[in-house]
Amino acid sequence: MRKVLIGFAAILFAIMTPFYSFSQSAPPSEGGVLPKISLPVPQEQEYQQYLGLKGGGTFLIPQIEAKVVIVQIFSMYCPHCQKDAPVANEFFSKLSKDGNLKDNIKLIGIGAGNSDFEIDFFRKQYGIKFPLFSDGDFSIHGILGEVRTPYFIAIKIGKNGTHKVVYSKLGGINDPDEFLKIVKNFSGF
Amino acid sequence: MIKNIKYIISVFAVAVLVSPAFGLSDVYKDNIYNPGELKPVDSMLNVKAGDMAPDFTLPSLSGERISLSDFRGKKNVVISFIPAAWTPVCSDQWPGYNLARIFFDENDAIMLGITVDNLPTLYAWTNQMGKLWFPVLSDFWPHGAVADIYGVLRTSGVTERALFVIDKEGIIRYAVVGDINKRPELGALVMELKKLKK
Repeated sequence: MRKVLIGFAAILFAIMTPFYSFSQSAPPSEGGVLPKISLPVPQEQEYQQYLGLKGGGTFLIPQIEAKVVIVQIFSMYCPHCQKDAPVANEFFSKLSKDGNLKDNIKLIGIGAGNSDFEIDFFRKQYGIKFPLFSDGDFSIHGILGEVRTPYFIAIKIGKNGTHKVVYSKLGGINDPDEFLKIVKNFSGF
Repeated sequence: MIKNIKYIISVFAVAVLVSPAFGLSDVYKDNIYNPGELKPVDSMLNVKAGDMAPDFTLPSLSGERISLSDFRGKKNVVISFIPAAWTPVCSDQWPGYNLARIFFDENDAIMLGITVDNLPTLYAWTNQMGKLWFPVLSDFWPHGAVADIYGVLRTSGVTERALFVIDKEGIIRYAVVGDINKRPELGALVMELKKLKK
């Protein structure tokens, strides 16, 4: 009987481990690759243009037309994220005004546990210009190791479509100029 | 045998399902106690939409004693019962309402946040959220008395995650007890607030 139970437990563990890993995985590590995250192509033309995407459907983050993509994991409900939102805007403004960086480095935000309504409210409240995506059921947040917020991840995209995580850290931008220096450093621009 | 198999399945299911995803702001660092997955609802509402909201008076963080009837004829009131300080979902919910003040102002509403924690605990906890624009009330003693009148006191002594929208006449227009493990979606509350104008 005991052997049967142990055998059953082993099979159950093998079946359920991928699901367990899904929700309890570690944050992406620098040097590694970003887990597969599927996002809806934004309906707004300005965001489609910014991300270099067309039509409907979904896309993967490394498909964004850029050499570097910075992903901000935030929540409308997170006090640090609220405080950092104007700073992130300032950083985005600096990126957008730099002729060398604006087409090469793209910024997106993913709202952990936030609905479309909540994302839209957060965007309007702070006048956020870069694309934000909702993650109402925390599924993306789970894939990304349930990081605390705000959290920033950057990937560098190679010519053949491969990519590498070059930045993965907890904390807000705090100082846009200092963060820009860090970004330039890991981007090689 | 079947009993043992059921046990193994339940252990794995709990391991998979219990997630610390809420209360994830770095503002709380490692100070959030995770009680794990709880029974979604553990009480029976004593009031419903259309009823006169039972009046109460509770001490608030500002030092004032606040009564629901203070707002009669002046403001619509949203009561947010949240289960406990320093726990995952609760630590997210009020910072969101803090940011969303405009929806309350637009609908001439005030929010009253209530937990069964004592004032010193509420003081330390809400300080992490920044300055809250709404009163925070303590239903600590007699323990959970107001929550009990509304029918949102759980058998463990904490409250449900409940929202009540009360109009200026003191009538309950919306009463919902959500899954204690999940944060209520803001859009649903905003929709109820907008209905007050009709």
